[in-house]
Amino acid sequence: MFAEAIEEILKDQCTPAVVRAIEAGGSPAVLWNAISDAGFLELLASENDGGAALSLAELFPVLIALGGYAIPVPLAQSVAARALLADRMTIPEGMLTFAPGLRRLNDGRLVCPVVPFGTIADHVLAQDEGRLLLLPGASATRTATGVHGSMVATMSWQIDADSIHTDLAAGTLSAFGAALHAALLAGAMRRVFDMTLQYANDRSQFGKSIGKFQAIQHQISVMAEHVAASLIAAEAAFPAGVPTPPPLASAIAKARTSEAAVLVASISHAVHGAIGVTEEYDLQLLTRRLHEWRIAHGSEAHWNQIVGRSLLQSGQDRIVDFVRSASV
Amino acid sequence: MTALLNHFRLASLPPEAEAFREEVKDFLASHMPDSPPDVRARSWMGFSAEFSRAMAERGWVGMTLPQEYGGASLNAFSRFVLVEELLVAGAPVSAHWIADRQSGPLILKYGTDAQRRFYLPKICAAQAFFCIGMSEPNSGSDLASVGTRATRTDKGWRLSGRKIWTTNAPRCQYMIALVRTSGKPEDRQRGLSQFIVDLSLPGVTIRPIRDLAGDAHFSEVFFDDVELADDALIGQEGGGWEQVTAELAFERSGPERLYSSIMLLDHWIDCLRRSGDAEAHVAVIGRFATHLATLRNMSVTVTSQLVQGASPVVEAALVKDIGTEFEQSIPAVIEAAIAADPLAVVDADLYRTVAYVSQVAPTYSLRGGTREILRGMIARGLGLR
Repeated sequence: MFAEAIEEILKDQCTPAVVRAIEAGGSPAVLWNAISDAGFLELLASENDGGAALSLAELFPVLIALGGYAIPVPLAQSVAARALLADRMTIPEGMLTFAPGLRRLNDGRLVCPVVPFGTIADHVLAQDEGRLLLLPGASATRTATGVHGSMVATMSWQIDADSIHTDLAAGTLSAFGAALHAALLAGAMRRVFDMTLQYANDRSQFGKSIGKFQAIQHQISVMAEHVAASLIAAEAAFPAGVPTPPPLASAIAKARTSEAAVLVASISHAVHGAIGVTEEYDLQLLTRRLHEWRIAHGSEAHWNQIVGRSLLQSGQDRIVDFVRSASV
Repeated sequence: MTALLNHFRLASLPPEAEAFREEVKDFLASHMPDSPPDVRARSWMGFSAEFSRAMAERGWVGMTLPQEYGGASLNAFSRFVLVEELLVAGAPVSAHWIADRQSGPLILKYGTDAQRRFYLPKICAAQAFFCIGMSEPNSGSDLASVGTRATRTDKGWRLSGRKIWTTNAPRCQYMIALVRTSGKPEDRQRGLSQFIVDLSLPGVTIRPIRDLAGDAHFSEVFFDDVELADDALIGQEGGGWEQVTAELAFERSGPERLYSSIMLLDHWIDCLRRSGDAEAHVAVIGRFATHLATLRNMSVTVTSQLVQGASPVVEAALVKDIGTEFEQSIPAVIEAAIAADPLAVVDADLYRTVAYVSQVAPTYSLRGGTREILRGMIARGLGLR
């Protein structure tokens, strides 16, 4: 229900032209206001606070939609951040994002490397062991990655940012960030798949649509397998009945979707031919994100280690027993 | 067009299936033969009539068949749990495996009442073991090209031809064979029928085929003017293709397609823990868990569609293809890992197990439909053909 409602808004307000304009440095205000005016920032907030009180399971299809529209604003992060901050501290106005990590330098500066939407976020949530920090974007030094169209930036602060903090179980933010990006990845992959299938039916070569060639069919079938795996892996990180994504399921979700992203991006481009890498064709809006989101909050190289260590420490003799404990 | 992908929404096993798991674990704790891992790694191929009969005494052979035929009337969720526990333990399941999964459901669906009353109780009691007669020399993935022929006689049918890659034929009582009852191989799917062949009949000759691991699970079966009674025909004459397609869906849809090399993986992790070398491989172990967790969820989802009465043929093909890729990656990765250091002492059981699994792993994507056939099915499901 909420997924359909936000798709209606995204279809009008988050067109490929809007995505391109915001990526090029244009103001996200029109898109952001349309989303926040419709109440979508409060999806997880309680009904007493004027929210929709969605469970994580109900939020999942919304995130899939956001991924499919190559969302160029930190909406997923803001919805999650507001839920984390509610009952802990006053929720600030504007766009909130998550820092994947936080480092303290010897000179006292705080550094958050490669923050998604770091170039435009109004506030950043970062976690330092058992503490959740709220860092103001306005006072940050923002260093964009320089990647074409990317809004990722490394952010640093000279201020003593410890003044605004609250307690949060260690690892909560990182699991949430991983889970959000797993869902965004799955949504983007789903859209990339749809575009690729459509293109295979439309594009003719040698007198017939390229989708009629067995070599193309097999590539698209493999792609379908990995998109299906990604959707189900991501969904597992969003169960009903818990306030934040479970750490192990989130780790599995991010590792699995990050790994699939490379393959899905490469098959989609292979099927599209050179057209797929052009600026004017929309596929690139999504495949650039597949790589960016694969890296965001740690790639599979990071999360597979977390899962492996968790397995070794679980005391389970059989991998299936361990895996089952991650699925309930 | 991509409705197929919408079918992969998370499902879970119901509490009663999880409660059943404890029963299965208790049974295995007392009935599993004390075999080394390279023997347990043969689970799919491990033959023990005694073990199958002990399972049958609990109602676990043909467990999804109706109680009136000796089954347990349990659903596919319980079967998922049973199969999962058996394979993870490396139980010798092959004696009853085919009858339980394919022949029993096929006879239930297409058989006459007399056939059901005759065969199903024997299957459920583990007194009748079945093998599959689909492949023929040179047919392979071109299953519709079968040339083995049954012709009408006064008393029934006369069967001539041969089948190949038949697992356990020398130790089975029956084969369900796909044969031609009219037309020629060029007529393809038309004119095919299925017969239940009593393998003790005159004119049946079975030749074991030894494999590269030194085992002889496969065989070639020759039919030389074998006289079949009228009631050997199962289902419709000429309806064999439709029936065999449904049968293959049973074969592809279970959790069987995830666990063929699981014994090897568990034993490798066990060895790493004992030697203290696990940390060096922690990302590889994690990746296997990441993939297995996802595949298992996909398989549970397909099972839940079966329970709801759907016929998830394409979904099952999709899970089988990606599942066998996972099964095949396990021996490849572990073989490389154990020999990364030529001076390392390798656990002897691990060495034998990885050798066995590596040698037979290519069959994982051949049995039950090759990778290329499955990808074609997925493409058809996506509307590309």
